[in-house]
Amino acid sequence: MTRTGEGRDARAVGRSVPRVDGAEKVTGRAAYVTDCVVPGMLHAALLRSPLPHARIRRIDAGRAATHPGVSAVVTGADLVQMPGLDPYFGPAFQDQAILAIDKVRFVGDPVAAVAAATREAAREAAQLIEVEYEELSAVLDVQAALRAGAPLVHERLRPSQAFADLMGIEAERQTNVCYHFKLRRGDVERAFAEAAHVFEDTYTSPAAQHAPLEPHVTVAWVTEGGLLHVTSSTQSPSYVRLSLARIFGLPLSKVRVTVPYLGGGYGAKTYDKLEPVTALLALRTRRPVKLQLTREEEFVTIHKHAVTTRIRTGVAADGRLLAREVAVYWDSGAYADIAPRVVHKSGYTAAGPYAIPNVKIDSYCVYTNRPPAGAFRGFGVPQVVWAYESQTDAIATRLGLDPVAYRRAHLLREGDLFATGTPMRSLAVIECLDAVAREIEWGSGLAGSSPPAPEVREAGVPRRVLRGKGVAVGIKAALAPSISGATVMLNADGSASVLSSTVEMGQGSDTLLAQIVAEALGVRVPDVQVVHPDTAVTPYDTITAATRSTFHMGNAVLQAAARVREQLFAIASDRLEVDPDLLRARDGRVFVAEAEDRGLTIPEVFGAAFQAAGTTLVGEAVYQTSAIPTDHETGQSERVTVMWFVGASAAEVEVDLETGQVRVLRFATAADVGRPINPHHCRQQILGSAVTSIGQTLFECLHFEGGQLTNGSFLDYMIAGYRDVPPIITPIIVERAHPEGPYGAKGVGETGALSVAAAIGNAVHAALGVRLRDLPLTPERVLQAMREREPARAARRGQVERGPG
Amino acid sequence: MNRNPLTVSVNGAEHVLSVPGDRRLLDLLRDELGLMGVREGCGVGACGTCTVLLDGVPVNACLTLAVTTRGRSVTTIEGLARDGELHPVQQAFLEERGFQCGFCTPGMILTAVGLLRENPSPTVEEVTDYLGGNLCRCAGYPDMIRAVLRGAERCREAGGRPSATPEGPEAARLRAMGKGEEG
Ligand code: FES
Ligand code: FES
Repeated sequence: MTRTGEGRDARAVGRSVPRVDGAEKVTGRAAYVTDCVVPGMLHAALLRSPLPHARIRRIDAGRAATHPGVSAVVTGADLVQMPGLDPYFGPAFQDQAILAIDKVRFVGDPVAAVAAATREAAREAAQLIEVEYEELSAVLDVQAALRAGAPLVHERLRPSQAFADLMGIEAERQTNVCYHFKLRRGDVERAFAEAAHVFEDTYTSPAAQHAPLEPHVTVAWVTEGGLLHVTSSTQSPSYVRLSLARIFGLPLSKVRVTVPYLGGGYGAKTYDKLEPVTALLALRTRRPVKLQLTREEEFVTIHKHAVTTRIRTGVAADGRLLAREVAVYWDSGAYADIAPRVVHKSGYTAAGPYAIPNVKIDSYCVYTNRPPAGAFRGFGVPQVVWAYESQTDAIATRLGLDPVAYRRAHLLREGDLFATGTPMRSLAVIECLDAVAREIEWGSGLAGSSPPAPEVREAGVPRRVLRGKGVAVGIKAALAPSISGATVMLNADGSASVLSSTVEMGQGSDTLLAQIVAEALGVRVPDVQVVHPDTAVTPYDTITAATRSTFHMGNAVLQAAARVREQLFAIASDRLEVDPDLLRARDGRVFVAEAEDRGLTIPEVFGAAFQAAGTTLVGEAVYQTSAIPTDHETGQSERVTVMWFVGASAAEVEVDLETGQVRVLRFATAADVGRPINPHHCRQQILGSAVTSIGQTLFECLHFEGGQLTNGSFLDYMIAGYRDVPPIITPIIVERAHPEGPYGAKGVGETGALSVAAAIGNAVHAALGVRLRDLPLTPERVLQAMREREPARAARRGQVERGPG
Repeated sequence: MNRNPLTVSVNGAEHVLSVPGDRRLLDLLRDELGLMGVREGCGVGACGTCTVLLDGVPVNACLTLAVTTRGRSVTTIEGLARDGELHPVQQAFLEERGFQCGFCTPGMILTAVGLLRENPSPTVEEVTDYLGGNLCRCAGYPDMIRAVLRGAERCREAGGRPSATPEGPEAARLRAMGKGEEG
């Protein structure tokens, strides 16, 4: 393990150095895939299914093929005739065909693809394709999909072999459940029998879309030498290379995936999306082909899982949590994408970061005839936090206990066992909770509530409002096993390059990796160039997602830089006649620790080693974490992850009693980031995910009718804007150094998203005495809930506001 | 479709073109003039990523027909910096890190420039209102509000016009966020 003790005199890490991508981004020069133009490039369009579930009887592409400007039309029937082509893909199950073969499974399922001279010609031609369908009965939600004898979305399933954690997964035969995660710990039934109180509730969280402002876009071409080059808006270049090589029967070396800047990803751009079909068209036409989704297509490409969680908790008279039983149902849509991993990883956290001796969890990944669901910032955890943190709040208030104190008393501590049987370490969840509670002045006013709101006037008219405060915590585990490789090159002039497959999608990874290299080699951050993913030269990396890049790629880059430093010190130690252990690197020099003026500049070190100008020293490293797979029957594992990340949120809300409108007045969100490499960027990540999540809590929701998405455009689907930012919103960094993190860092991409909805829901409860169990917390739902609880509320009117459960 | 003659000034340079009547300004700028800082987020006027200045006023290039710009002047993000020197609002976005993935950034900056032309000393409320049509899914709104306020300050300094309205407490708080360590 690389020494991390250098954090003390660190100067490039631990500071909010300016972003290295700043100048390009404020001048509009930063290039995205959508800006990619290749000479001779064709444009592609897809024809999509109008039905949720149907057999394809016949396709007539004749008119499309002769439409002016059209170079190629491809359908599923063509795929099966192409020798050497495996038309199915998917990171968990190879269940998705490049274009529908035999069956369509959701409204929007791609059926045919056209490549033409212009985007317009391609779209016109796609509309000329005639498809005859035989409609099949569809399963439009999880309930329908689970019914005995329900139509099957997939008759056969083939597991993918891409990732160790997904190789062993098995679908339940002849059902729509494509994966069932089970966790069994202790004796739940006995504990419930002994419990003084039993709480049982069902919580739901709706489908929502990522809505990156840059939609999915891919450009593919084949060189004369037989190299398939794909530049794509993907968060997983290494996986895409593997997948394309397998589909087209090519050596990995003959597939080159490059990724420039991404215009946002948030999980939407993970795994295969447009790459297989675009590559297919490029191979067919021997021309470069570009496929870019419209906003409407983006909405049916991937989304955040709609989830129903049934949660039952047995509590002792003194408040101890004796047992928790959770059943989580994930609507994964028509193709599994990465859903089984979502169901597994979020599933095993579904009882929360609490000390509970008896736990039973069942987490079901269910196929339906809806568009596919997959990874979304938080990877399913926000949905289960919504359930367990709402219920934990209900328990505390019912027992007349302060929700913050109650959580504090029962949260897991260092060394305690998680529901998986994994000992917890480096876990600052209580510190996060305390920090957010302090920030919103928890305790000024009674448990969870604010003093009665002052009379609010709008245009002179008084509004009846109530205010309340709420908190929530959340926990997520880093993906394990996972792998990051990196190469660091130090140049003779003291500048350096980093070759890494981490995708810069706004999180600041270019700056972070440059900081780590600058620190390790004693060079300047602006002199470090991070080379964007190019699988021809950048080593394998599992994915840019899952809050893993700082920890995993950070470690790989740190180790690679350390190998360069060893070489640098070896050369310098010869020259300076001093032991390499006594050398240090800083300000572009290598010098003796105890005699700083005894040293060499980096160019002088290179001069001593090489008889040429412009030479390089190269270091490489692969950082790999391991895990013990969870037991098939019990979900137990001594080491389910190497890193936990935890956060907490606190909200003060105001609810308008006439309109049902919820306004977040004050919001604080804390994340345990380990040691921050760039504090400003950590806060940016925390804030960004909080603001986005506030929108998801209050209004975001995909609506379907008969399997058809009805609000899939920016005119109909609202996302958080300037006006949705609470007047006071505070991101808080909590530092608990991770022993294995680079310079003690963990990661922060998702932490801010975990507990937002539950904190707001708990605040609404504190204000109204009404608990909402279905997201989003729309005015209609709030009014409806108030009407149902009117008697209870009337009884409380006029009292000091507080929130009994 | 018939092509129409079009003379338009883009970023200070006059272009004599011929365009179909249904060509969007967005496509003209990107596909014909190679100005890739003009970005398409939705194509229906709902996200603001395609914002350009038309005679100094922010418009959605996805909803503007190219022919309607005849004889007018268009500014894109590429035309904002002069002689390699960033516009004060760009400089402010850089300093306040009013960007993450950067996809919405050109539209944000140009809308902010439009605001400051109309109102050199906006309040947080006014910034929120004026930029309300520009979406950022990285949701860096707090950083961007700070950036616009700082941009306003820089513009006033550059134009020799000191602030007419003192900064409210809310602006001061937003301004304080993200401070506290050296650059
Ligand atoms: S692309 Fe023009 S407003 Fe969205
Ligand atoms: S910076 Fe990514 S959308 Fe605004």
